[in-house]
Amino acid sequence: MSTTEESIQAPAHAAPTSKAGAVGYYIDDRLASASFTKRLVDKVFPDHWSFMLGEVALYSFIILLLTGTYLTLFFNPSMTEVIYNGSYVPLKGVKMSEAFSSTLAISFDVRGGLLMRQIHHWAALFFTAAVSVHLLRVFFTGAFRKPREINWVIGTLLLVLALLEGFSGYSLPDDLLSGTGLRIAEGIIQAIPLVGTYVAMFLFGGEFPGTDIMPRLYSIHILLIPGILLALITVHLIMVFYQKHTQFPGPGRTESNVVGFRLFPIYMAKAGGFFFVVFGITVLIAALVTINPVWLYGPYTPSQVTAGSQPDWYIGWLDGAVRLMPNLESHIFGYTLSWNILVPALVIPGIMFTALGLYPWIEAWATGDKREHHLLDRPRNAPTRTGLGVMSLTFYMILVISGGNDIIASAFNLSINQITWGFRFLLFILPPLAFVLTKRICLGLQRRDNDKLLHGYETGRILRLPSGEFLEIHEPIGEAEKAKLLAKADVTPLELPSKVDANGVRNPKAAKSVARAKLSQWFYSDVIPTPTDEEMRAAAEHAAHELHEAESHLKEISQH
Amino acid sequence: MSELDHPTGDPYGAKDGKDLISGITVFPMEPHVPRKADIDPKAAIRAERQVATMFGLSSLMIILFVVAYIKVPADLLISIPIIGTINANHLAIGFTFGMAILLIGLGAIHWAKKLMPDEEVIQERHALTSTNEARAEVQSSLQRGAAESGFRDRKIIRRSLLGALALFPVPLIVLLRDLGPLPGTRLRETIWDKGIHLVTDATYKKIKASDIPLGGLINAVPENLLEIEHEEETLNQRGKASIIIVRMDPAEIVSQQGQEWDYQGILAFSKICTHLGCPTSLYQQRTHHLLCPCHQSTFDLSDSGNVVFGPAARRMPQLAITVDAEGYLVAQSGFNEPVGPSFWERG
Repeated sequence: MSTTEESIQAPAHAAPTSKAGAVGYYIDDRLASASFTKRLVDKVFPDHWSFMLGEVALYSFIILLLTGTYLTLFFNPSMTEVIYNGSYVPLKGVKMSEAFSSTLAISFDVRGGLLMRQIHHWAALFFTAAVSVHLLRVFFTGAFRKPREINWVIGTLLLVLALLEGFSGYSLPDDLLSGTGLRIAEGIIQAIPLVGTYVAMFLFGGEFPGTDIMPRLYSIHILLIPGILLALITVHLIMVFYQKHTQFPGPGRTESNVVGFRLFPIYMAKAGGFFFVVFGITVLIAALVTINPVWLYGPYTPSQVTAGSQPDWYIGWLDGAVRLMPNLESHIFGYTLSWNILVPALVIPGIMFTALGLYPWIEAWATGDKREHHLLDRPRNAPTRTGLGVMSLTFYMILVISGGNDIIASAFNLSINQITWGFRFLLFILPPLAFVLTKRICLGLQRRDNDKLLHGYETGRILRLPSGEFLEIHEPIGEAEKAKLLAKADVTPLELPSKVDANGVRNPKAAKSVARAKLSQWFYSDVIPTPTDEEMRAAAEHAAHELHEAESHLKEISQH
Repeated sequence: MSELDHPTGDPYGAKDGKDLISGITVFPMEPHVPRKADIDPKAAIRAERQVATMFGLSSLMIILFVVAYIKVPADLLISIPIIGTINANHLAIGFTFGMAILLIGLGAIHWAKKLMPDEEVIQERHALTSTNEARAEVQSSLQRGAAESGFRDRKIIRRSLLGALALFPVPLIVLLRDLGPLPGTRLRETIWDKGIHLVTDATYKKIKASDIPLGGLINAVPENLLEIEHEEETLNQRGKASIIIVRMDPAEIVSQQGQEWDYQGILAFSKICTHLGCPTSLYQQRTHHLLCPCHQSTFDLSDSGNVVFGPAARRMPQLAITVDAEGYLVAQSGFNEPVGPSFWERG
């Protein structure tokens, strides 16, 4: 058909006017990439310091890939025993695995090897930290709401994978500390009902420690998990790009636009430069601050352990949970159920990550909010969510601190038993307290915002009137501030459905909707409405009047 | 980009000053305030020089890096305040490399902040949902595909395919079988047995009962650990068979796991924590408490190794010991319960 022929024929093009243009034409002749490139180059991103947290995570991941690849050139993940004969004198002649001796070789015999190892380790700590703080930013600003729920789930998966990747990584050197961590992991796997011992035997190739675990962890650490991480990070970024970034409220910012700077050249320079900043700072810290000095711990042997052994920070909460759990164990029909292991190591993390992943839907169900959100919430404007977040964070932090209960005991010369009991109680007392307190603080801040909107800000200028009355001069806040404070969409909780329908017939579905409405009313309880336009106008008139009065008083005073 | 032609005629997509979607009041953008470098050519040149200096210093750092890599001895240790003793080569190449990278980043950001435009622009969001027509079209395409394939109507094909696909992962799981042996009785057994000598953990010396002082503690392993030829098996057995020997005044022994399992106040217990398998290591002579450094489970060795604190649920298994004709410690028998952490089939 002639129409088909026509459509295949390339349109007539003008000749490129520059060398760069020629390259562009060459590529466009093959990919028709012009319009996509234009969208990419002109793409607008909003500017806020907290949007850099995800960037830190991404850049740390790139640093991890680069330094990790370097380390694979020298590391030997084998548990074959060798007699160490490298240049670290204190361990000369000691029997150890090839994994540990090659780690020592990287640290002492490869120039720059220690630097690379330490960059890798620091970057791993920064990666997990950045992922966690980025998660908090997204949570507290409500950036996970429609249409971004799917990306939130991907983010949750990335967090879990980051923790696994970190753990599998620091287990690889086969030093005394990491071996102890693996032993604990094996013990946890063994405790799984029904299949635990089988899974442990298959993973370790027999009993602990065996010789299979290092090469297996190695392929998990350098291929399997990073592969999945890379794929999910790619999807994560494509979705941010496609759905466009959220923005904080402010002048000109609406739900239907993005206000910020273009990718090219601003973010090319800023974000590209920021990668180098993150990389540079990581390298400098790695050059100056020792991390994971495995040579001091020595090679792993199952009959030794270092006192005060601590995992990397991101595993601390799990260790803390395991430490706090009372020693419950059931024996049923000849089988053992180790609640002391299952609850802290599997049940609690399972609940925490499931609740985290499902939170966008839980909140949307409770609030009945089905709208799209591109303007971020200021945390104070979502007091219940912020309260829940701080509550969870408090729970998590107590677990982290409990993971160092022995350190606290020896540093402050306290009884480890009392500290542990103290944390057991605090784990249940502090989080609800944190919820109530946070919510109250948020509501207080909202009231202050309303005060500012209605009466302006306090100038600190005090006027004493002839009558003896003191008057503080308030000045109206600026437009930008007003835009920020007024960007609070008023919400109405779901209404309680009636238990009977219009014809007086009992509604069987009512129970569910009643529960939902009650949850919604709880979520939106103590709503403080933003001042209406009329209130604003009245307040402005009042302020003008007050100022006028003050001025006339001033005039009077000066006349006398 | 259709920046200024929004259907409402408002540059921000608002109507009557309110956001169409959320209803919040929309304020106009604030006028752009020019920076110093925007209006003062001297300031612009100064910023330009600052950026170029940073990039230049970065190159210098790379040259210094190469020099340091070659010239600074790899085994030279130097002492630096606060940081302490550090390898000179590591520090020199790390510092120059880190600064080189950092300077590129700082230069680029400085460039963007001082010299590139800082006027914010507005971009419209596009709808993140398709039109009804598009939805209907894709639905009919999918239905057409499903109908053409016969997937919907040819039930026998559909069911047999689903069955085959459900079974398809089976080989992938079966193939994992040889990752390791079945648990069998491995977790219940150690190489301890009647008459096996207790030998010291590090030097493998037999232990004479009379050599152990009151309050003393010795880490020990079974003598037959040395007979195992395969290194892997040695480690595995060490992970289960390690014990600690303590001596206390027999009068202080409240209870034991078996009658006369001690020898004149010398008691032997498994060293492997019954919680998660860490080797317990901290023994308090006065209280006879043994503490695991991993999660602080505490066992009272003078009272059958019972748990007095922490997350461990089970007592520390005791090894019955006695002496041979020459007075060296030997086991009366193997452990009579599995050592180490709990597991489902343990009972």
